[in-house]
Amino acid sequence: MSVLVYTESEQGTFKKTAFEVASYAKAVANQLGTTVTAIAINTDDTSTLGNYGVDKVLNVKNAQLNEFNANAYAVAIQQAAESESAKVVVVSSSANSKYLAPLLAVGLNAGYASNVVEAPSSTSPFTVKRSAFTNKAFEITQINTDVKIVGVSNNAFGLVENSGSASAEDFSPSIPELGVTIESTDKATDKVTIADAETVVSAGRGLKGPENWGMIEELADVLGAATACSKPVSDLGWRPHSEHVGQTGKPVASNLYIAIGISGAIQHLAGINASKVKVVINTDPEAPFFKAADYGVVGDAFEVVPSLIEKLKAFKAQQ
Amino acid sequence: MKILVCISHVPDTTSKINFTDGDTKFDTNGVQFVINPNDEFGLTRAMWFKEKQGANVTVVNVGGPETEPTLRKALAIGADAAIRVNTAATDSFSVAKQLANVAKDGGYDLVIAGRESIDYNGGMVPGMIAGLTQSNFVNNCINLEIDGTSAKATREIDGGKETVSTSLPLVIGGQKGLVEESDLRIPNMRGIMMARKKPLNVVEPVDADAETTSVSFEKPAPKGAVTLVSPDNLDELVSLLHNEAKVI
Ligand SMILES: Cc1cc2nc3c(=O)[nH]c(=O)nc-3n(C[C@H](O)[C@H](O)[C@H](O)COP(=O)(O)OP(=O)(O)OC[C@H]3O[C@@H](n4cnc5c(N)ncnc54)[C@H](O)[C@@H]3O)c2cc1C
Repeated sequence: MSVLVYTESEQGTFKKTAFEVASYAKAVANQLGTTVTAIAINTDDTSTLGNYGVDKVLNVKNAQLNEFNANAYAVAIQQAAESESAKVVVVSSSANSKYLAPLLAVGLNAGYASNVVEAPSSTSPFTVKRSAFTNKAFEITQINTDVKIVGVSNNAFGLVENSGSASAEDFSPSIPELGVTIESTDKATDKVTIADAETVVSAGRGLKGPENWGMIEELADVLGAATACSKPVSDLGWRPHSEHVGQTGKPVASNLYIAIGISGAIQHLAGINASKVKVVINTDPEAPFFKAADYGVVGDAFEVVPSLIEKLKAFKAQQ
Repeated sequence: MKILVCISHVPDTTSKINFTDGDTKFDTNGVQFVINPNDEFGLTRAMWFKEKQGANVTVVNVGGPETEPTLRKALAIGADAAIRVNTAATDSFSVAKQLANVAKDGGYDLVIAGRESIDYNGGMVPGMIAGLTQSNFVNNCINLEIDGTSAKATREIDGGKETVSTSLPLVIGGQKGLVEESDLRIPNMRGIMMARKKPLNVVEPVDADAETTSVSFEKPAPKGAVTLVSPDNLDELVSLLHNEAKVI
């Protein structure tokens, strides 16, 4: 009756969130006095999971799972949970995990809590804290079913080293017919995505036009950050919709969020409240973003950003 | 084609979030309720199917009588009929079970739900309806085209988008992108008058125990004041981010 964790990978390599959900699963296993089993799908080297408290890895190698398919992945995880008699299944909050988890919940007859930000405050009853109202509040939720699914918010629990070694065994789920087939994918593979990023550099209408994004990309480059934008910027077509952050866009849960020329409307703030440290650069000292920020610079982005890039380069060179 | 659009009745995006009864209930005082923004994109896409391909569109909500104005608004936008499942929406699973039951009962080809509601942000209902009705499912859907029983959908993925092919019956979790925001409709006087004559059927719920219970709510701790740094002293900002915030 171990805790099962689904550790996501991309092109054979674990994503950072895989280690975060493993760390979370270990915390739950400690509370329950049990072990952690991970299911890894088409991953090359699973030994690193031992560093985050995983005791055993169910290694799935299956060409039908080369591309993500929510239904097929949900079935594979369900079969792993059943074979391990798992009482708790831990997944991340990536778009793919959020896609498969409700299907898994139906398959396992399991209550599912998404956007969970802390280890359970109690395991009997099983009670977790999750963010709700687009990060404007937290909800304390009790999961009443025998099997429970916890979706952990990105960067909320962090990585916890629990050194050990993970044994591996092959696991061969039987995959159902796929009702949904991928025709094509359009994705910039060399860029940090907003969901995975620890730092996000975001800019708004204050940048005046798409031709001014060069300095935003350069700043993001120096910081190893993902780029993002406010809604009007994507509506105007200055930046792709996938960069639009906020209540109707993407949520951000980075460690550092830098907002440049963004006013800080409530719908924008709702999407970034889960970020830990917020820096604002804006000409208007009355911009509402200053109330939500940790650090602020009242100044013109066209002067502040290039200068900040230089300072950061100098800082990096010294490190 | 018969389309069912799930409509969540949520506090409007600018609402102040407060709780009552010892932080166990959402405080609806002074809050204006609207169609969940993700659902509004789906409803508008359904109108497109109705106008271009001759679909019949029903909207559905699980909730008490207080949600009827929101359903009437959807009727005024152009839906043909509305259903209210007469029970409080307690958890995602019980809501999904009611909606799955309506979907099966009515023999809908396409169920459009929003990726998530902006109040509880569960993001579970569309997938659960798909699981319960054994339908194909596309989440984070930003474009949908249907030809006979085949469907082509585009969904947002981390860092880009993906185009998939699938078939009806289909459930989607929709969001911005399904239609342009400028295409969202505001009910006009004629729509409002016509909505009065359209059926709004109240049906009783099927048995569906909640799997999760909302125990209480908390608001984030109040934030300290912002530390302002002069634009002429950005070294200080770098130093604060490194030494104090420890994020670079
Ligand atoms: C239903 C609904 C949902 C919404 N969802 C979202 C959402 O998900 N995400 C979102 O972002 N918005 C959302 N909005 C829109 C939101 O209300 C704001 O309109 C939007 O966030 C404003 O974007 P902005 O700050 O880039 O632009 P503006 O409001 O135009 O602000 C630009 C800012 O740039 C500053 N500025 C100008 N020049 C400079 C300069 N040279 N240097 C530095 N600063 C400068 C200005 O002082 C100003 O503060 C939503 C709105 C509604 C009604």
